[in-house]
Amino acid sequence: MINAKVSRGGALFLGGLPFLFVAIAYLIASAQRLAVNPSDKLLPSPAQMWSAFLDLATVPDKRSGDLILWVDTYASLLRLFAGVGMATFAALSLGIAIGFIPRVRAFLLPFVTVVCVIPPLALLPILFIALGLGETAKITLIAVGVAPVMVRDIANRVMELPSELVAKAQTLGGNSWTMILRLVLPQVMPRLITCVRLALGPAWLFLIAAEAIASTEGLGYRIFLVRRYLSMDVILPYVAWITLLAVITDWLLVRLSQAMSPWAHPVEAR
Amino acid sequence: MSRIVVHGLEKSYGDARVLERVNVTAEAGEFLSLVGASGCGKSTFLRILLGQEQQSSGVVIVGDGPIVPEPTPQRGIVFQRYSVFPHLTAIQNLLLVEDFRSGGPFGRVFGARRRNARQEAEAMLTRVGLAHARDLYPASLSGGMQQRLAIAQTLLGRPQILLLDEPFGALDPGIRVEMHDLLTELWTEHGMTVVMVTHDIGEAFKLGTRVLVFDKVRHDPQFPSAYGATITYDLKLDRKTRASSHHLAKVAAMVGTTRPETTMATTAS
Repeated sequence: MINAKVSRGGALFLGGLPFLFVAIAYLIASAQRLAVNPSDKLLPSPAQMWSAFLDLATVPDKRSGDLILWVDTYASLLRLFAGVGMATFAALSLGIAIGFIPRVRAFLLPFVTVVCVIPPLALLPILFIALGLGETAKITLIAVGVAPVMVRDIANRVMELPSELVAKAQTLGGNSWTMILRLVLPQVMPRLITCVRLALGPAWLFLIAAEAIASTEGLGYRIFLVRRYLSMDVILPYVAWITLLAVITDWLLVRLSQAMSPWAHPVEAR
Repeated sequence: MSRIVVHGLEKSYGDARVLERVNVTAEAGEFLSLVGASGCGKSTFLRILLGQEQQSSGVVIVGDGPIVPEPTPQRGIVFQRYSVFPHLTAIQNLLLVEDFRSGGPFGRVFGARRRNARQEAEAMLTRVGLAHARDLYPASLSGGMQQRLAIAQTLLGRPQILLLDEPFGALDPGIRVEMHDLLTELWTEHGMTVVMVTHDIGEAFKLGTRVLVFDKVRHDPQFPSAYGATITYDLKLDRKTRASSHHLAKVAAMVGTTRPETTMATTAS
């Protein structure tokens, strides 16, 4: 069993099976419900979902004249990337400083460790009160939500650098700053990108939570808005759309890591 | 190129004493082989010479003054593992030396200096027989090639003292013999002082001009870590005594080597 090799085609087929099962199960359930009550809203048919999705993507909104899907997507992605971008910058600067410089580690590591265990959603009311209901609060929630874990992870990775490499770099004339540039930074880059990939999951959670509570556009806002009308024909395509965006982002980050750090991906480089 | 004077050196970790009463003077250009049983403190001694660790007491003089208590370009090092930078190709690993030495705040040299550095690096790469592996990452180099690269990189740093921490310990016997020849040639060309820690007695005798044995002379059965190791045997080798089987057997008995066949294999070559 454990020695069986899976061919490319076989892997594609096996990997596709679960998706196929879910799709078939949905189609059967949906068809059964619609047969009993053609105006059932809970399990809309693929055609209904597609037309609702197409409406949002191509027909301007009657009140504002916007193409709702694209306005929502733009607003959400802007918040997501601003928040994750700030967290990434913090992870890189603080993480390397904590991991590489003993004095900074003694100064900041206990604080970061404590901040890590605060549930970010519990901070949401504080952020809304302190920063208002605008973009700042939502972006801050995402950044505050994912940054501490990323900082700790990068700091740990830096501390795991073999002391031999650091000693060797010093014997070649490296000082603290040039060693950060030429040794630490390139060595943590693959880990940083993995970190961002892992952080995007919680980041989407915080984004949708913040949008659900106070927003006027955004993917999370739309889902929670149409929930009032049981519009499953909008919610389900939106969830699929969010999933697609997340998968594309993840794929792009993997490619970025391969392009930036070929040494860390020996199999792909072959 | 630089002499090393160690006087009354002692090193303890808490209650555990690792080294005590270590006295040794190495003239410039000598090749010291340090041997001893596992855990006898010879690697600790090397790390003190490197500046990665500090002695608990005693004096260490390198060149003209007391040792700087951190790694500096004065002393080059080749480790057994993690000896080169995995995120750089072979040629980039060598270029890094000039980048660190005179690259300023960017850690990188530009223009004519980069071209010079590249020429020097290419020449060194050819010298150690790695010209064909120029653009490979260390992960795709064999253990022997990685160690060649590590030695080339360290020599480009033009250290006065070369420290080797079991540099060939992880290599196959055949490759090891090749590395011995390369190291001997480079040492003859550059003439730096070398301090090498090794487990292989044959290697110690073959390469060194002097063999130092580290061992414990005092034992406390109630508290084994009460006393540390010191230099128990200091043998200067010249052409006549080099690899004499009598000395070799004597040192092997002192160290309690468990690998007589490797000893024979590397000496015979």
